[in-house]
Amino acid sequence: MSVYIALVAIGALALTFGLVLGYASIRFKVQSDPLVQQLDELLPQTQCGQCGYPGCRPYAEAIANGDDINKCPPGGEATMKKLADLMGVEPKPLNAEAQENDVKKVAYIREDECIGCTKCIQACPVDAILGASKQMHTVITDECTGCDLCVEPCPVDCIDMVPVKTTTNSWKWNFKQSPKGDIPIKMVS
Amino acid sequence: MLRSTDEIIADLKAGKCSTFTGGVHPPDEKSLSNTTDIQTLPLPDKIVLPLRQHIGTEGNVCVAEGDYVKKGQALTKSTHPFAVPVHASTSGTVVQIGPHVVAHPSGLSEACIVIEADGQDEWTTLTPLAHFRSLPQQTVVEAICDAGISGMGGAGFPTHIKTGNSKTIDFLIINGVECEPYITSDDRLMQEHAWQIRQGIDVLHHLISPKAVVIAIEDNKPDAIKAMQIACQDKPEYLVVAVETKYPAGGEKQLIQMLTQREVPRHGLPADIGILMFNVGTCFAVASAIYEGKPLIERVVTVTGRAVRQPGNYWARLGTPVGHLLVHADYQVKKQPTPQVVMGGPMMGFTLSSMAVPIVKISNCLLVPAKGEVNFSEQERACIRCGACADACPASLLPQQLFWHAKAKELDKAQSYNLFDCIECGACAYVCPSEIPLVHYYRQAKAEIRLEKEEKSRAEKAKERFEARNARLIREKQEREERHQKAKEAREAALATKQQSAPAADSSPAKDKVAAALARAKAKKAAQVHSNQSTAPDNDADKKAQVAAAIARAKAKKEAAQASDSQENSADDERKAKVAAAVARAKAKKEAAQANDSQENSADDERKAKVAAAVARAKAKKEAAQLNEDSVDAEPDTHSQKIKPSTDTSSVQVHNAESLSAEKANGHAPANVDKEKRKRIAAAVAKAKAKQAAKRNNSEAE
Repeated sequence: MSVYIALVAIGALALTFGLVLGYASIRFKVQSDPLVQQLDELLPQTQCGQCGYPGCRPYAEAIANGDDINKCPPGGEATMKKLADLMGVEPKPLNAEAQENDVKKVAYIREDECIGCTKCIQACPVDAILGASKQMHTVITDECTGCDLCVEPCPVDCIDMVPVKTTTNSWKWNFKQSPKGDIPIKMVS
Repeated sequence: MLRSTDEIIADLKAGKCSTFTGGVHPPDEKSLSNTTDIQTLPLPDKIVLPLRQHIGTEGNVCVAEGDYVKKGQALTKSTHPFAVPVHASTSGTVVQIGPHVVAHPSGLSEACIVIEADGQDEWTTLTPLAHFRSLPQQTVVEAICDAGISGMGGAGFPTHIKTGNSKTIDFLIINGVECEPYITSDDRLMQEHAWQIRQGIDVLHHLISPKAVVIAIEDNKPDAIKAMQIACQDKPEYLVVAVETKYPAGGEKQLIQMLTQREVPRHGLPADIGILMFNVGTCFAVASAIYEGKPLIERVVTVTGRAVRQPGNYWARLGTPVGHLLVHADYQVKKQPTPQVVMGGPMMGFTLSSMAVPIVKISNCLLVPAKGEVNFSEQERACIRCGACADACPASLLPQQLFWHAKAKELDKAQSYNLFDCIECGACAYVCPSEIPLVHYYRQAKAEIRLEKEEKSRAEKAKERFEARNARLIREKQEREERHQKAKEAREAALATKQQSAPAADSSPAKDKVAAALARAKAKKAAQVHSNQSTAPDNDADKKAQVAAAIARAKAKKEAAQASDSQENSADDERKAKVAAAVARAKAKKEAAQANDSQENSADDERKAKVAAAVARAKAKKEAAQLNEDSVDAEPDTHSQKIKPSTDTSSVQVHNAESLSAEKANGHAPANVDKEKRKRIAAAVAKAKAKQAAKRNNSEAE
């Protein structure tokens, strides 16, 4: 008799937990792959497509599915290391082409030469170019991610990628770069 | 547990003062410069005013190059709460607005206004608020903001933000500690202008209404303490307190801890624990602004060190180049191994990159050390883990750990050791036996972290914009498709109604007839003209004519197709018409070839050709009539047009005629897209064929 009681009790418990778990799996369903989300957050969001994917999120998905972690030139060494850390793989040196441009750049339109063809506007992944047909275009520097995508479509070659200048706000206390000044921190007593 | 305010006040009155952990006692070297009165400098020729001389954002420039400005005139203005204006510190002409090297350790340039002094030093109109007690608080705070006052102790925090505070304040602390070695500007200011500082304190007291005012002065400045005590003797709630001489007692958090034993929370402000602190220099500036209406245009600067012959304090207009000050202090370059000027004190200052750097609101000292006076250590040795830095740290941090992590760029670990609580006082580096420039490492790490955060927020924004753009593109595509769908439906509906009403439509064929007749007449005229000209055919005109003819032909064909189309509805009839047209075309071609051949011989032949063309026309007409009884008129006409141009190879005017008729024909609304397309294709084919034929004719003619 006690065997049956045990069976019924265990069965009831199993049923209850099963229902709870079943409900939880629907109620607290994770919408997207959290790994992709995390990878996407590490990527620099330049949307430049230099990795071969149309944007940062597709590349994050590709990494989650086992693609190489060293295809992101704008992110550079630091991003690659973080990706390696998250994916639990060995850091790899960046692609040859990824290594060459480490300096942060923004697009600059030589406005006298612009013919107003709007081709760069269509190419810009973050809508950082302002202008209208047959009107001069210009780059919103603050929004430009330096992805290079506008340079190719320009029919008159009036877009330059210029390195971002260091200002007093973005200066990193690197006296080697600007060999001026040092901090006196010790007095001979 | 906070001690009650009354307890603290009682302790302070009894002269009891606590202390903070750590700290160092460097030789103070103040006697170099604190024995002489503050001197006034002659006006410099050029004044360079950086737009941003405080923490926060710069205002908008409201003068232009070439403008004449008076002393005290505001040069920038802004509605941003963290922006304070900059004022012209002498009268003169604005000669340049642009980047100029500024007082920053990097030696980089920032936006500046350069004024060429005219020597008149003429004040603008000043509006003092001496009766400030009867004015609303907001007006007084605005006056302080408009006077361009920001903290003059070193950080440059806008003063009006602090005074506009709405929290209840227990203590208003006036900071006259001046703990850094060498610097004596506040000391001299207190000795000579104690009364005006007291006036400034009155204004602040009125605005903030604290329970007590504490004027804190380090005990190595007995003269300043005495002067302030005399100035404040009629106010019992103003306590002049002498604090222990220890570096960095003048640090805001350290001084608060010494006086009240309260600690400012990590991400908080002193106002959160009921305290506000102002520098004595700021109080002096507030008094000038309220009692005299003068904006902040000059400050006391200590010029000291053993490489100047006349160390002392100077009233320097803001924007005065450092070189100008040094010349008047009798700077001896020979006493230095390499020319070197430090702005700020020896602990927290930085070496200037140029003598053109202007004095700004926070520049309190220029230190020009002689050889061997201050040691700029080049020899960084390995850390020996002695722990002296941890003992010296006034913020109770672990400088060693911070150093390791900052050096290894393990920024998150450095942050977990509270890197951002470091006040960069330099006490750790001062005691370090290995001469490691610890603060430099912390500053680098802090800058890295700040920039990384900025990058991150930028990336976040870029992502948002990218996603918004994608969403927009998809939306636009959908809208376009919808539009197309709607247009298609509309077209189909229109076609359905037209098919119902088509048999009843009589007016359009009539119009067609008129158009065709008009075209015919013109073509005939053109042919006549041509016959007059054809005796001297010239190559160029020939070619042009051919093109024109081809276009005309194509148009005529199209028109014919349309005209016939509007009348016959069955596909059968259309096909018949086409066959007829093709036959006519072929014949016309043949005729044309013959005509051309004969054209070579004589004008007689030309007439023959015309006859032939007429015959062809007639035949075509007949054929068309046979095939399509409904479109008797329209069809043959077009055929005749088609034939004529091919015979008259150089008629330019034909083109005009045809285009006119084509325009008329275009008046017809195309009944069906499909049909129209087919017609167009047919027209194109016909055109190509005609062109070929014309070419052949030409070659034969040659």
